Amino acid sequence: MNKYTEDDLREELKTKEYEYGFYTDIASDTFPNGLNEDIVRAISLKKEEPQWMTDWRLEAFKAWKEMVEPEWANVHYQKPDFQAISYYSAPNSKPKYNSLDEVDPELLATFAKLGISIDEQKKLSNVAMDVVVDSVSVATTFKKTLGEKGIIFMSISEAIREHPELVKKYIGTVVPQKDNFYAALNSAVFSDGSFCYIPKGVRCPMELSTYFRINQAGTGQFERTLVIADEGSYVSYLEGCTAPSRDENQLHAAVVELIALDNAEIKYSTVQNWYPGNAEGKGGVYNFVTKRGLCETNAKISWTQVETGSAVTWKYPSCILKGDNSIGEFYSIAVTNNYQQADTGTKMIHLGKNTKSTIISKGISAGKSQNSYRGLVKISPNADNARNFSQCDSLLMGNECGAHTFPYIEVKNKTARIEHEATTSKIGEDQIFYCNQRGINTEKAIALIVNGFSKDVLNKLPMEFAVEAQKLLEISLEGSVG
Amino acid sequence: MLKIKNLHASVEDKSILKGINLEIKPGEVHAIMGPNGSGKSTLASVIAGKEDYEVTDGEIFFEGEDINEMAAEERAHKGIFLSFQYPVEIPGVSVTNFMKTAINETRKAKGLEDMPAKDMLKLIREKAELLEIDRKFLSRSLNEGFSGGEKKRNEIFQMAMLEPKLAILDETDSGLDIDALRIVANGVNKLKSKDNAVLVITHYQRLLEYIVPDFVHVLYNGRIVKSGTKELAHELEEKGYDWIKEEVNA
Repeated sequence: MNKYTEDDLREELKTKEYEYGFYTDIASDTFPNGLNEDIVRAISLKKEEPQWMTDWRLEAFKAWKEMVEPEWANVHYQKPDFQAISYYSAPNSKPKYNSLDEVDPELLATFAKLGISIDEQKKLSNVAMDVVVDSVSVATTFKKTLGEKGIIFMSISEAIREHPELVKKYIGTVVPQKDNFYAALNSAVFSDGSFCYIPKGVRCPMELSTYFRINQAGTGQFERTLVIADEGSYVSYLEGCTAPSRDENQLHAAVVELIALDNAEIKYSTVQNWYPGNAEGKGGVYNFVTKRGLCETNAKISWTQVETGSAVTWKYPSCILKGDNSIGEFYSIAVTNNYQQADTGTKMIHLGKNTKSTIISKGISAGKSQNSYRGLVKISPNADNARNFSQCDSLLMGNECGAHTFPYIEVKNKTARIEHEATTSKIGEDQIFYCNQRGINTEKAIALIVNGFSKDVLNKLPMEFAVEAQKLLEISLEGSVG
Repeated sequence: MLKIKNLHASVEDKSILKGINLEIKPGEVHAIMGPNGSGKSTLASVIAGKEDYEVTDGEIFFEGEDINEMAAEERAHKGIFLSFQYPVEIPGVSVTNFMKTAINETRKAKGLEDMPAKDMLKLIREKAELLEIDRKFLSRSLNEGFSGGEKKRNEIFQMAMLEPKLAILDETDSGLDIDALRIVANGVNKLKSKDNAVLVITHYQRLLEYIVPDFVHVLYNGRIVKSGTKELAHELEEKGYDWIKEEVNA
């Protein structure tokens, strides 16, 4: 007997366990819980930072103490106890490796389980990896090839030591320390992250890739990423992540700053698959991220994201189109299942003349989840002939989930042209039966329908990432039938 | 090939099929005609294995095997194809991608490897030509924005690709102009062989001018009340269904 109804499907989606729910035991060097000035100083000391960096962190910490957690997002959760979190954790083995043989075998096993063999990555794909496990880089590859082009790709801690002039010049210029509650927290306590600089006129010959991974119980993750594309340069940056199962909530408050100078282009792609909590909505990662890019004249920044994980997501990768003729793009797929909540979207701030922005957002909700798109399109008085196109599509599975759209449009220049389209649809039993009748089982049918729905965004991802993203969509929504 | 015995089926506790008996042998073309609401489309859906319909009594055998408990996709793997009266749209999934998935899923069920891309391409080209389908059409999203004729032609294209043993054509003629009807019917005729069978479900005799049935059955109120040859179809065309109703109710 193999009758498979939409009810069965819904049931199955609910019982689907987190595929990558395992935990690697690596002896860790972890700070005591709690946050105060001493902890901030200790983090800075541990990372052998110069005084200006320590002061910068302390300034952020002072601001953070006066700030309150934002409540305007369409998400409901128990606020984290910021004094119950440890703000520093690093794998306790040698911090740097010359070859893979030196890497903790258990860590390598974890990568293998995730299907990310560094070895294979090195040999087969043209991808340089800066792997971040619990805040400290443990493997950096392809550095030499990049070095020949003058490209700097390293952990931000290293960059603070080795290229202080660049870090000092740009850090906090797009996302200031006091920008918002989580950005301030991150500025005070960020443990590590990635730094990338592409020199003038250089086209980065490979996709730069970082894998993030949360790996210590009760450890907050405060990554800081800074990407600078100098005049006329190009870079495609990939960020992807998975995390082990946890019962308690894990806070993640990252900051990503992109700077595209005149005629430069940055493509920033994310596949996010953190632990979403169990079927009852217990546990899961809180993902409160501030991502923002600045475009100078004729520059272009594209954000592409595939968000399938986290219990609560609060994330708005944005573009400040400061220079004339600059272009901002945002392509997003957000999947929520069970009790997941996502409030995600973008801000396109048009300051320069002839600036253009495109927003394509695809939300997929299943189970009892809530999926919100929140987007701002702002045209300032000087932004003559600015153009925006926004399209927000929602796909619902079952009757217990929700899809919401909150578009904000502020136009202060009469020459602006703004288009907004929105649709909501449901995966129908008729669609599934149609596929079944052609020999395609329900699991595969849903994957096909969801992939079709997400195609416009999947197409924007670099090839190897698109394959992984497709796999993730299937994992997030399907469960293993039979 | 297909043997239906005393089939009763209901949807949401409403009884629709009330004891159908039907046998289709390889090489045969059967037509089921009948007034609206007689249960024609229900019969097609029940044979294909749609979940909404509950078989309350009777049996369905396909090639000697009881398929009543089989999922729709398993029936498809065995060689049952349904050309839908109202084909659904799947945005973002091209006709080619959909067919590739359908063929490879069917092969997987039979323990075969995926069809090599080269062979797939050749097959698609061959069948598209057979049905006079423009190559551009194949990269469009499945049924999205298709005209009525394009949808039906696409159904028959899929049939050609999947090469089923039993093809059920549910009101394939509805929404077709005469040219489209001829192309669709020609396609079906070209695909016919001594090893496969066709079950045509239609309200009008029109399609049967092109796809000539060996047997015609009249379905009324959930039962086959009259069976005959293609002459019966002509008779129905001339006299309508009222005389059948009177005969049954008498």
